[in-house]
Amino acid sequence: MKLTEEMLSALPDARGHFGAYGGRFVSETLMDSLMTLEREYLRLKNDPEFQKTFDEDLANYVGRPSPLYFAERLTRETGGAQIWLKREDLNHTGAHKVNNTIGQALLASFLGKKRVIAETGAGQHGVATATVCARLGLECHVFMGAEDIKRQSLNVYRMKLLGAEVHSVESGTRTLKDAMNDAMRDWVSNVDETFYIIGTVAGPHPYPLLVRDFQSVIGRETRRQSLEQAGKLPDALVACVGGGSNAIGMFYPFLTDESVQMYGVEAGGLGIETGQHAAPLCAGRPGVLHGNRTYLMEDENGQIAGTHSVSAGLDYPGVGPEHSWLKDIGRARYVSVTDDEALDGFRTLTRVEGIMPALESAHAVAYALKLAPTMDKDQVIVINVSGRGDKDIHTIAQLDGIEA
Amino acid sequence: MSRIEGVLKSLKGQGRKALIPYITAGDPHPDQTVGLMHTLVEAGADIIELGVPFSDPMADGPVIQMACERALKHGTSLRQVIAMIKQFRETDDATPVVLMGYLNPMEAMGYEAFADAAADAGVDGILTVDLPPEEADDVAPLFTARNLDAIFLLAPTTTDDRIRSISEHSSGYVYYVSFKGITGASKINVDEVAAKVAHIHDITALPVGVGFGIRDAETAAAVGRVSDGVIVGSVLVDTIARNQADSDQLKRALTDLLHPMREALDGLAS
Repeated sequence: MKLTEEMLSALPDARGHFGAYGGRFVSETLMDSLMTLEREYLRLKNDPEFQKTFDEDLANYVGRPSPLYFAERLTRETGGAQIWLKREDLNHTGAHKVNNTIGQALLASFLGKKRVIAETGAGQHGVATATVCARLGLECHVFMGAEDIKRQSLNVYRMKLLGAEVHSVESGTRTLKDAMNDAMRDWVSNVDETFYIIGTVAGPHPYPLLVRDFQSVIGRETRRQSLEQAGKLPDALVACVGGGSNAIGMFYPFLTDESVQMYGVEAGGLGIETGQHAAPLCAGRPGVLHGNRTYLMEDENGQIAGTHSVSAGLDYPGVGPEHSWLKDIGRARYVSVTDDEALDGFRTLTRVEGIMPALESAHAVAYALKLAPTMDKDQVIVINVSGRGDKDIHTIAQLDGIEA
Repeated sequence: MSRIEGVLKSLKGQGRKALIPYITAGDPHPDQTVGLMHTLVEAGADIIELGVPFSDPMADGPVIQMACERALKHGTSLRQVIAMIKQFRETDDATPVVLMGYLNPMEAMGYEAFADAAADAGVDGILTVDLPPEEADDVAPLFTARNLDAIFLLAPTTTDDRIRSISEHSSGYVYYVSFKGITGASKINVDEVAAKVAHIHDITALPVGVGFGIRDAETAAAVGRVSDGVIVGSVLVDTIARNQADSDQLKRALTDLLHPMREALDGLAS
């Protein structure tokens, strides 16, 4: 299907649907808040003061634009297409997540909400939320699975330093999906005074819309930078997909550029065939969770399945509804790489370019390293390096048998 | 007239209020659910809300979350829950049963297959926590066509426009969530509930059941006074959790809990 600007501007529709996906599947108590948020966002989206503040914060607080870097040595060693890196890891707080938290915290301020909640997996979104709350003087509560608290202790400490309260979630699989459940429970209990900053392009409408809009700065910059620096549009974009916010931010501004191929890389964990993975687009089916209809990992009875990934940020059984739609219409391709391949990607980028990617982003690196040799030397691949790997040093040291 | 409508009409004719207990199917074990349903009826239940366990019950507090986990540990599926109701119907053809749960297990089964099986088993109503009427266009007509009442939630945050449109999509009764929060919390403010339910009664002729926060005879009576029925969930599920080792004791504990509520509600009629 060839996408046009006109088609894209009609999505999501008035009920928050991207084709068969998205929507607003929440208990009644939250409906009024979601409708208010939608109304206010659609108004502020075109408000010059709101946009100006957002743009200035991205420039002066986040440090945008982030560079598009030609990985010359990696390109030479890999052979094939030119590999370029979009350096979201250089943003303030070390990941793309802050683009969205800046935007949503600004919305919270415009709506007069003084209390912010967030869910987090790897802790990057939690840190990015705690950061903007510190700056704006907002009370901040972050929900994080007990399992993730263990494997991302550095980020937990960062959040506490920033003044956030971190709530350990002990229910279910004690990872990101359970953190999101508890954030929803907190929200429904404190709905009047609380703004819920969702970290990914999932959740009930209008979240997939507004997170995508805030993250699209990634793709807009990349498009301009690629034309300037590489002299052409990229031939392929590669981004990791957990919920899918860095990927949609990269893909969205290119959707009408037919020549640009898009690859969303899911967490293949121990291998798709083992069932121990977090790849709903590759191996799941449509269902309803966390307020939206989308591809999910579930059993035959509709119970949400446990997931596995070496990367806490990808360890989620669902995915943003716009990705589900892009998959079905064939505009983006969704693939997976295993834990081991991602770790190899991490090591390669670290040793060859001196850039340590987050384990999430390492999935994109790993796939690009397979893709590049199949392409011509004059073609351009852009990898979205969505975050930096400092937070993962402990995990990697453990795998190497080193006490860090 | 649906079984739910019949029961609520007859209660209204007697000036009585409906007692609507909730338990999670499969908790503590799938083999016990049908027996517990009969116990609820013997203890005074007018309608039973039977919860379909879900891995991610976002609107529920820890008590019902843990009930879901216990039920799922024994592999309780939606199909099995429907089979339990079929078995219940073998000896009770009078008490309406409402299936209450989250959308995904129904979606996974397939809405048409689910609606067929539910109607065949003798289910009377479907209440899906995460399905607002806006998203129910493809689903609700399947229920209506099989004489299954579609029951939707109203909340303290529901605007008048929505009360109107949700009521238009509902049959049987509407379920008013008494406070902003999750099941099992104790935030109920009876005066606020009274005001809102009276307002809902001005907008719709449907009976209004009130749930969340009803834990004893006193709260049941206070809420019963201003509504058409009270829904009692977490306190029952907690009783099941605490008495799961001994089924006779469990039966007694549930009866001891519900009986005073029944009496308090019937005390309002005189």
